[in-house]
Amino acid sequence: MAKKLNIKDKYRLLTRDLDWEFSYVDRKDAFPFEEFEGIKITDWSKWEDPFRLTMDSYWKYQAEKEKKLYAIFDAFSQNNGHLNVSDPRYVNALKLFLTGVSPLEYQAYQGFAHVGRQFGGVGARVACQMQAIDELRHVQTQIHAMSHYNKFFDGFQDYSHMHDRVWYLSVPKSFFNDARAAGPFEFMVAIGFSFEYVLTNLLFVPFMSGAAHNGDMATVTFGFSAQSDEARHMTLGLEVIKFLLEQHEDNVPIVQKWIDKWFWRGTRLLTIVAMMMDYMLPNKVMSWKEAWEVYFEEAGGSLFKDLARYGIKMPKYAETIEKEKEHVSHQAWWIFYTHGHAAGFHTWIPSDEELDWLSEKYPDTFDKYYRPRWELAKEMEAKGERFYTKALPQLCTTCQIPMGFTEMDDPTQVCYRDSVYKGDRYHFCSDGCKDIFDDEPEKYVQSWLPVHQIFQGNCGGPDVENVLSDFYRMNLGEDNMDMKGSPDEKRWKQWKGVA
Amino acid sequence: MPIHAITPEYKGEVLDKLENFNGNQVVYVGWDHHLMFCAAFAYPLPPEMPFRALLDDVMPEAFSLHPEFSKINWDKAEWLLDGQPFIPQLNASLIDQGIGHKSLLRFQTPELKGVQEAGI
Amino acid sequence: MSKVYIALQDNDESRYIVEAIEEDNPEATVIHMPAMIRIEMDGRLTVLRETVEEKMGRDWDIQELHLNLITLGGNVEEDDDSLSLHWNE
Repeated sequence: MAKKLNIKDKYRLLTRDLDWEFSYVDRKDAFPFEEFEGIKITDWSKWEDPFRLTMDSYWKYQAEKEKKLYAIFDAFSQNNGHLNVSDPRYVNALKLFLTGVSPLEYQAYQGFAHVGRQFGGVGARVACQMQAIDELRHVQTQIHAMSHYNKFFDGFQDYSHMHDRVWYLSVPKSFFNDARAAGPFEFMVAIGFSFEYVLTNLLFVPFMSGAAHNGDMATVTFGFSAQSDEARHMTLGLEVIKFLLEQHEDNVPIVQKWIDKWFWRGTRLLTIVAMMMDYMLPNKVMSWKEAWEVYFEEAGGSLFKDLARYGIKMPKYAETIEKEKEHVSHQAWWIFYTHGHAAGFHTWIPSDEELDWLSEKYPDTFDKYYRPRWELAKEMEAKGERFYTKALPQLCTTCQIPMGFTEMDDPTQVCYRDSVYKGDRYHFCSDGCKDIFDDEPEKYVQSWLPVHQIFQGNCGGPDVENVLSDFYRMNLGEDNMDMKGSPDEKRWKQWKGVA
Repeated sequence: MPIHAITPEYKGEVLDKLENFNGNQVVYVGWDHHLMFCAAFAYPLPPEMPFRALLDDVMPEAFSLHPEFSKINWDKAEWLLDGQPFIPQLNASLIDQGIGHKSLLRFQTPELKGVQEAGI
Repeated sequence: MSKVYIALQDNDESRYIVEAIEEDNPEATVIHMPAMIRIEMDGRLTVLRETVEEKMGRDWDIQELHLNLITLGGNVEEDDDSLSLHWNE
């Protein structure tokens, strides 16, 4: 009987040995994207894939993961699992997830399929192709999981259409568009390394643990099932970085610039997750600040210490980022609360217990800067004047978030930065976003800023209400506005038999 | 290099050029240290609009929700135009006093400290 | 020293894997969170196939770890008999 191959030999035979030299076409024509970013690759054979997963094992394990996952989805839906969530407010985090995050999985699939074709090295190509298939699985399982909620709650019906149009969803959409419009190596540093290695942990680990804590078995299961692929993606991300840095010293400053850019873009994107954790999970697992300390500061700190031997430093705005953990979740939820009429999910004032929890978790900032906002909101609500802002906000050209982030050393003052390029002025929420623009203005002059698009008449109208209902396809009075008095809340009370 | 692109001499299309706003220009107005409003407001305005109209007809709809808005002494308010100290001329048009497309106007009311004196 | 970490879904299989990790890495810290178990360790953490097989009472392929893995931090070294995590300092 033939001897069973060990992992290393199997990987070599089923991966590396599948590659071939091209006699019939110039290598540069076969891999046209490989050089324009300035990255120098001298020897693709030095690529090491730490998880030596071959396609046959890949299908075997992925099939097993899917079987487990769908068994849980079935059980969840057969047992009316939606009735077991802690509080109907929780479901709004899922609406944001489905409209804001799941379509990014699809974009990741497209991005990895592209680079999985374009890299000259076979190890990198195979790993990227597997990741592309993973990402496609993630978007599909997420849609399946949340289709159950769509039967019972508002706001889930048109996630894909909304992702392409709704003002706040331009934030995640443009993030991935930016990465995919870059060259293949920048894409890998952006998504494979910065996003997957450090930042997705914050979404898929503490938030998903939070989903479990709020009784949502379907979400925690797709979350952890996706994250089990993520562990492989993380090692790919780290391998890419090490490979680029080892291939040529000229790659170091290019990679550092991309790290600076993409950690900043990633932290801005994750403000959505920050507010989901601090404000949208009725049963709390940990605060955003605590999660940030574990997954960014501690894990990221170890990572950058490891990379220091190549001359790589902590991302450029690490000091600002450290201060921001005290503020961003509160600033982000205030943006959404005050724009609750224009959001595709419900918003609310935190309960008294939640306000106290926030004070306890943010002793240096919450009572001083943020609790008074909620007291004002409560007063207005008590008078029957629930606060909805009445004009459209200024947006950051780079991250596209309303310019509501403050100076970190002066938390009552909005941070304003601007640049003038070819006679036009552009505005930014931070030094990080300004630097990204200044480095590649010809890219970001193309930002599709929702507020400006509305003013230009490209989103229907004439009123904001028409934009929301016709262009965004929100069901006004059902999907939007406060949780209090919403159809979601009424149905929940009926199901639970409470007045 | 204004962009790192595979296409030589790549030029991006400026989506927010003035011509795209149907005769208006965008002007942002923010109230410093008053974070009840999460961000400055963006307004599409005719460049010929007098400053007084911005103050009297445009701004109150959104800003007046703030309990301190009616207490502002506009003679004492301090303004910044694109980061520089600025004294508005009420009867002059926006464009004639240098308020251009995508200009940012900030006003400061140091005697008003915001809700609960917390900068809100 | 930098901490490496691994997180597993809290289920029947992971229970044995965690037991094996605890036995082979006595310095490791095991943290139970809703639906997951996080294990942290200064320096290097190793999962040995042999120990897991002993705990489970059956053959176990090191790549089966993927089924219950949630996340990890550290450079990965994997062969037929073990998976280990470490940081270079």
